[in-house]
Amino acid sequence: METKKSLFSRLPVVSQLKKSVGLQRGMLIAGIVMTAAFLLTAALAPLISPYGATQRFNETQAPPSSVHIWGTTAGGYDVFSRTIWGTQTAVLVIVVAVALSIFIGVILGLLSGYIGGWLDRILVVVADAIYAFPTLLLAMVMSIAISQGRSNMWSGIFSAAISITVVFIPQYFRVIRAETIRLKAEPFVESAIVVGASSVRIMARHIYKNATRTLPLIFTLNASEAILTLAGLGFLGFGIEPSSAAEWGYDLNHAQTDAASGIWWTGVFPGAAIVLTVLGLTLLGESMNDLNDPRLRGRKRVGKKKNGPTKDEELVDA
Amino acid sequence: MTAMIDLPQAEPAAQAPERKSKAGGSLGKYLLIRFFLIFPTILILVTMVFFLMRLTGDPITAALGGRLAPDQLAQRIHEAGYDRPIFIQYFEYLGQIATGNFGRTISDNLAISDMLATYGTATLELAINSLIVALAIGIPLGMLAAYKRDKYQDAILRVLAISFYATPVFFAGLLLKLVFSIWLGWFPVSGRAGTSTEIAMASLAAPTGIYWLDALRSGNMDAFWDIAQHSVLPAVALGLLTAGIFLRLVRTNVIGTLSKDYVEAGRSRGVSEYRLLTKHAYKPALIPIITVMGLQIALLLGGAVLTETTFEWKGLGFQLAHYLTARDFVAVQGIVALLAVIVAITNFIVDVVAALIDPRVRY
Repeated sequence: METKKSLFSRLPVVSQLKKSVGLQRGMLIAGIVMTAAFLLTAALAPLISPYGATQRFNETQAPPSSVHIWGTTAGGYDVFSRTIWGTQTAVLVIVVAVALSIFIGVILGLLSGYIGGWLDRILVVVADAIYAFPTLLLAMVMSIAISQGRSNMWSGIFSAAISITVVFIPQYFRVIRAETIRLKAEPFVESAIVVGASSVRIMARHIYKNATRTLPLIFTLNASEAILTLAGLGFLGFGIEPSSAAEWGYDLNHAQTDAASGIWWTGVFPGAAIVLTVLGLTLLGESMNDLNDPRLRGRKRVGKKKNGPTKDEELVDA
Repeated sequence: MTAMIDLPQAEPAAQAPERKSKAGGSLGKYLLIRFFLIFPTILILVTMVFFLMRLTGDPITAALGGRLAPDQLAQRIHEAGYDRPIFIQYFEYLGQIATGNFGRTISDNLAISDMLATYGTATLELAINSLIVALAIGIPLGMLAAYKRDKYQDAILRVLAISFYATPVFFAGLLLKLVFSIWLGWFPVSGRAGTSTEIAMASLAAPTGIYWLDALRSGNMDAFWDIAQHSVLPAVALGLLTAGIFLRLVRTNVIGTLSKDYVEAGRSRGVSEYRLLTKHAYKPALIPIITVMGLQIALLLGGAVLTETTFEWKGLGFQLAHYLTARDFVAVQGIVALLAVIVAITNFIVDVVAALIDPRVRY
């Protein structure tokens, strides 16, 4: 996956951290910390969690105790272990889904933008149709078509990831296509044509490198969307089977009936895990987005306290 | 959930194909072209779902396989015509749709149009309720955040908005249920109405299907109260998700208009900050807000599926999940077709409104 690696190395978190000031820096740091915690938990899941994700116990719906610090579910699963292992499932699905959709979206976007004509029109109409339709509904139909509703860990992860991919491709497609159309008119592309470079070479080298600069941003924002879609699929019962991997959405589905009888621990913890993960990724993505936009970026004020910008000044220079 | 993120490319690109297909010309021509783009959108989605569902086999095996002997199964598949080439079936299906005949559901043998009418109104009711919640929360808080830009109130509100978005509807629903139905006992746990109210609503002549409207029309205040109590938690759960988006939207746009010269001019004339915010900056900011709000329909429909399942609210989303599990292809296709029509028409209206307001959109 050459695409992914180069993207990661270009994730411009550091430069943005330097640009930030005050509240924006706080939000960015909060995002970085939460995302790092999420990734660390996923990497260290075997060390952190006391039990396996699919290990079942005889105590069902047991309240939090010293043996099961977050209690157990109706199925006899340890809530703490499942919540921790759930990070791994989430990371895997994000990586597969985003990598696939970037790969396909970028290729289609380059082709559509560079070649234009009928191919472009058809792809745009199709992408717009998919883009406009509710993400989750399409992913539901996709997952039924792919996995027929029953899946083990890897096929579950892939079917969830592919279902999400289909919905994400139009986003990458649109961004890359718009950039490609803009870049096509640039002098360096024209000179490449004059020099005799082939279309493939122009797309692969000249346009690709320039058109993909905005991707890290969408990547971060899409990662949070992928988690929500995965959880939504799991919640509706179209995700990964509980006996093959831990998945937060599925656990929340079963927690609904528990909640009706006052059992809070089966739902609150996986739910909080989703919220914190998505919050971290969104804070990270949003802050980077704002910092890239000079109009939204806060500025350092010379000779004043950093944290106390007056509103009027702020509005004038905005 | 796509539209939460206001990437610079997102909105302009929505109009990209129309802009391209239109190189200078009148508003009428633009609207006409835009109108005809509704059809490919619907066709593409219906086609996708048709072939995706057929990937899993034929509807009869999917619904009844294992419960019937193989030869009986083959017999029924043959009778229903599902053993014919898939493209013939596809064009036959398109023909049926074109004449408004969506067929009958396989699992419970309802006419699709009746099924859509019954459950669609329930979803509509949920959507209206949650939109009210979202507007009531999102707009005032968004204006506050814009007014207090970069102060701690703004930071709190922005984190709040992101948290609303980061909380899946079913988790918000679970927390709401725990706190307000189980611990405080204020609202019922699930459902659209109590059993007696459901019966009363079903026995009404010519119902609209929107319960609170029916209850008001028939003057049944007990039923109305019951319905109102049932409506609160689902409306809040789904409303908060959209409220976060409205908050951000209002904030960004009001900040944009607050920095305009005419606002500065108003300030220099001594117009109060409150009046500047509510009159001068807010109203022009409404135009982009309304356009983007229209695009939130997809988010609302997606959220409705989860909300309906969480609260056992028997609407389209609840039924879609049910029919998908039962592999009732005909029903799924019917629901998706309806949703595609809703989404396509809403986007059309949004584009028309945008074109009428802002001539640059149509060139």
